[in-house]
Amino acid sequence: MAELNTGDGGGGKDKKVRSKKQNSKVDLTAMVDLAFLLITFFMLTTTLSKPKAMELGLPDKQDDPTDKPIKVDENRTMTILLGDNNKLVRYVGLLATPVAGGAPKDFTYGKEGIREELMSRKASVLAYSTAKGKPKNGMIVIIKPSKKSNYRNLIDILDEMGIVEVPTYAIVNDFSPEETKLLEGK
Amino acid sequence: MAVKTQKKATSIDMTAMCDVAFLLLTFFILTATAKVPEAMPVDMPASTVQSKLPESNLATLTIGNKGTVFFDLKGKEVRIQTLEKMAEKYGVEFTEEDKKEFSLMEGFGVDIASLKSVIEMKSSQRLKADQPGVPKDSLNNQLAEWLRFARQANIDINDKELEVAIKGDAKEEYPSIRKVMDILQDQGVNSFSLVTGLRGKDF
Repeated sequence: MAELNTGDGGGGKDKKVRSKKQNSKVDLTAMVDLAFLLITFFMLTTTLSKPKAMELGLPDKQDDPTDKPIKVDENRTMTILLGDNNKLVRYVGLLATPVAGGAPKDFTYGKEGIREELMSRKASVLAYSTAKGKPKNGMIVIIKPSKKSNYRNLIDILDEMGIVEVPTYAIVNDFSPEETKLLEGK
Repeated sequence: MAVKTQKKATSIDMTAMCDVAFLLLTFFILTATAKVPEAMPVDMPASTVQSKLPESNLATLTIGNKGTVFFDLKGKEVRIQTLEKMAEKYGVEFTEEDKKEFSLMEGFGVDIASLKSVIEMKSSQRLKADQPGVPKDSLNNQLAEWLRFARQANIDINDKELEVAIKGDAKEEYPSIRKVMDILQDQGVNSFSLVTGLRGKDF
């Protein structure tokens, strides 16, 4: 392969001393080999996908007994219960007296499951609030992760909130006995 | 009469290939940030958020393996100052070399009493060592102390509020995540980041 030429030394009859004509081709094979080796090394050691950060703000934790819970219109609230094995139950309004079509029901995570429900419910809440003359009052979602739910479920549902652009959502840790039953039952 | 096969030159012109190879090489060198080995690798859940994790002013709490918490802090000086304050509080002595080594090492998950032995290990040993996690129960809440001192040190040095990121394993159960969030909230840190991987919008 190597083409280093070594001139033929002959033909010394010229009077002028000719500079020896060098072959301009250098064998680059080894260099390319090296370059690709280094490329491979850097590709494998690089972390291309940098981790992303999801911002989460929680309400101030205060144990003020004089604090009265804020009453909200139950027509605007949807409660999402996260159970074990990716179980997800949602109800709209109060558990005892759910809003029409809002009885507790199982959903799956993702596009076909809870997202569709959130979208349609968001639209209907907006219509309801506009009819009452307060179009700024959007949907309120209460997320209740149970003790058996895992971190992926929490991230998934928070992500859903971001995708659907739910104006108000909160993570609540209190479980009523009925809600616990709801997750365990069936 | 035998047909003579034409003799072809065996060498190919490599110049263009060499150019491309070095261009790519330059690109990868410039964009490379070396993978930092982690003491406890976790499988992060994916989300569609786009915002990046800050590179400085950051404390990362890695939660995995049934509630084991590892603490990691960015910034050499902040780390040294935090370690000094912790050492003072818990009455543990660290030499200057220990402090220097600590400022360069990855996250850790041990009691402050055994931190010295972890610092003295080689980094390959450290990754293999079975670190039990930073104690975080109510009687011996070292995690809260680490955080408090780290926040103070960050304000002293960088004049900025320390940002906290929680990096949880996808399979971790909610109570152990909540426990860490509670520790944060007890200190008035109500806003923090959850570290996730990336996925497309149509999952």
